[in-house]
Amino acid sequence: MDISLQQVEYRYQANTPFETLAIQDVSIDFPSGQYYAIIGHTGSGKSTVLQHLNAILRPTKGIVQIGDRTVTNEKKQKNLKEIRRRVGIVFQFPEHQLFEETVEKDICFGPMNFGVSEEKAKELARKTIKQVGLPEEILSKSPFDLSGGQMRRVAIAGVLAMEPDVLVLDEPTAGLDPRGRREIMEMFYRLHKERNLSTILVTHSMEDAARYADKIVIMHQGRVYKEGTAEEIFASPEGLIELGLDVPEVVRFQQKVEKTFGKKLSKICLTLDELTDEIKELLRGGDRK
Amino acid sequence: MRFAKIPDDFFPWLKYDGSLRQIGIIQLKLVLMREKIFIHTGQFCAAANEAPSGREDKPMKEPVVKIENISFKYDEQEGYALKDLSLQVYDGEWLAIVGHNGSGKSTLAKLMNGLQYPLEGTIEICGIRLNKETVWETRKLVGMVFQSPDNQFVGTTVQDDVAFGLENNGVPRGEMVKRVIASLEKVHMEKFLDQEPHHLSGGQKQRVAIAGVLALQPKIIILDEATSMLDPRGREEVLETIRELKGTNQLTVISITHDLEEAAKADRIIVMNRGRLYKEGTPEEIFQMDEELVELGLDIPFSVKISKKLREKGIPLDKFYLSEEELVAQLWTSHSSK
Repeated sequence: MDISLQQVEYRYQANTPFETLAIQDVSIDFPSGQYYAIIGHTGSGKSTVLQHLNAILRPTKGIVQIGDRTVTNEKKQKNLKEIRRRVGIVFQFPEHQLFEETVEKDICFGPMNFGVSEEKAKELARKTIKQVGLPEEILSKSPFDLSGGQMRRVAIAGVLAMEPDVLVLDEPTAGLDPRGRREIMEMFYRLHKERNLSTILVTHSMEDAARYADKIVIMHQGRVYKEGTAEEIFASPEGLIELGLDVPEVVRFQQKVEKTFGKKLSKICLTLDELTDEIKELLRGGDRK
Repeated sequence: MRFAKIPDDFFPWLKYDGSLRQIGIIQLKLVLMREKIFIHTGQFCAAANEAPSGREDKPMKEPVVKIENISFKYDEQEGYALKDLSLQVYDGEWLAIVGHNGSGKSTLAKLMNGLQYPLEGTIEICGIRLNKETVWETRKLVGMVFQSPDNQFVGTTVQDDVAFGLENNGVPRGEMVKRVIASLEKVHMEKFLDQEPHHLSGGQKQRVAIAGVLALQPKIIILDEATSMLDPRGREEVLETIRELKGTNQLTVISITHDLEEAAKADRIIVMNRGRLYKEGTPEEIFQMDEELVELGLDIPFSVKISKKLREKGIPLDKFYLSEEELVAQLWTSHSSK
């Protein structure tokens, strides 16, 4: 399912003295099956963009196209259930939203809410719990007896059980240790491939964006500052650094090397292997002089 | 133990105006107060104005925290959260405690602040044995900053929030105003006195939380994953603040973190694994552990990763570098000396 934002503007508390402009003139296409990363500071508007992706917010100007539905400011939207099912959002700290007595009931809550039978919902629970890398036995446990990392996986299984076409992830690894972070990100990537999902990752982590995303969108002060592939985005890291954004460690290191050696490497490196090869080449260059 | 005097304006909201809304606010405030008293420093009862004497001019390397053979288990859990753990924290050092989720590092922080008590073993804070009788005394010495910037903001404005702990302590108003300003200056938030929390970034809120702790003039500050919910800029702001404070205040910093880049800047690192102390050493020593750290669910700093990779590719390096600047300088030296 394609999602597209066309010149979207959103004002919180519009037409009141508290009106604040959160995003303006935001146009982004999220074609089906692609992995997008949205990056920006706290307050750059990325969460506001996220809430347009399944019509939690209606734009104050512009058009949001979600599959064949058009969401504008003009008319009140009805029957949003289907959109909400097809665009699954994993919010920050999703484990805070667990509430049922057992893991199984918690996972079944979403699908049953969308009219799936109990039997089918349980089947989905069994399927998705495996997809998030947990054993089936956990279904009968209380979610509150699990570790933080397990709770997060259960919450994610709850979103997957609705069988969405688009998965929107809001800082899905916040608070996890490095291994947990790696495992969760790898899991999403695998699901993205296996289920042919569209994935939209909202993150602070340039590393994750560079590693997984087909396209990166940088938000700044409510606008799209830049959009492109990792290579395009990090070809000129200076601009990002000026905005106070991180660049991937590899890019940062490359910059330091280039500055010290007073010359550019032959390309923008995004992996450790590329960079060390380039450095080796650079050092060898010293031999020839 | 005696009760501190409660200042006249301590319960200003009790001038009840008859509205339901006010009842709501009172309830909310009381709940928040209870949390904060419990978490923050909890000195409702302790005498406010007598500083524990005899701990000002001890030499460095004096342990300010001495933990011997402690074990701890949560009621509802089968396994031990901490098992037979001993360690010392020295005056003026920056100690990083790292470990995977569930390794026991946050439990350790709670024990050091008397939010939980060990089942076995002892904890001494500046020579005082920590137990239910001395907890109010020791909490004066240990300030804590928690993970979530939002859950620990109690005041309606920045200065109210910093004043909160002082109010609880019955610090006289004049002194209170001075300390609020001084601690906010230390974290560079003095321009935000009357700002409301929702106008602040995560990093700014955490700096206000640090100011709230500093105002109580503790000896030790524990950061329990205090930067993990912040964006990169917020994280850097908070760490920079802590670095400055450590330099000027003779503060001992215990930072509980998974951020290995942060730990690399500490004086000493303790690695926790499954409730036990796994290894202790300087950042250089710890990061030589390399893949072993990855197996423990942790990671290694980027400069170590790239040092290793360069070595694998045949570039001679005398060690794994902990700072990128040093590594680049080394590469340059070996390049230009050819």
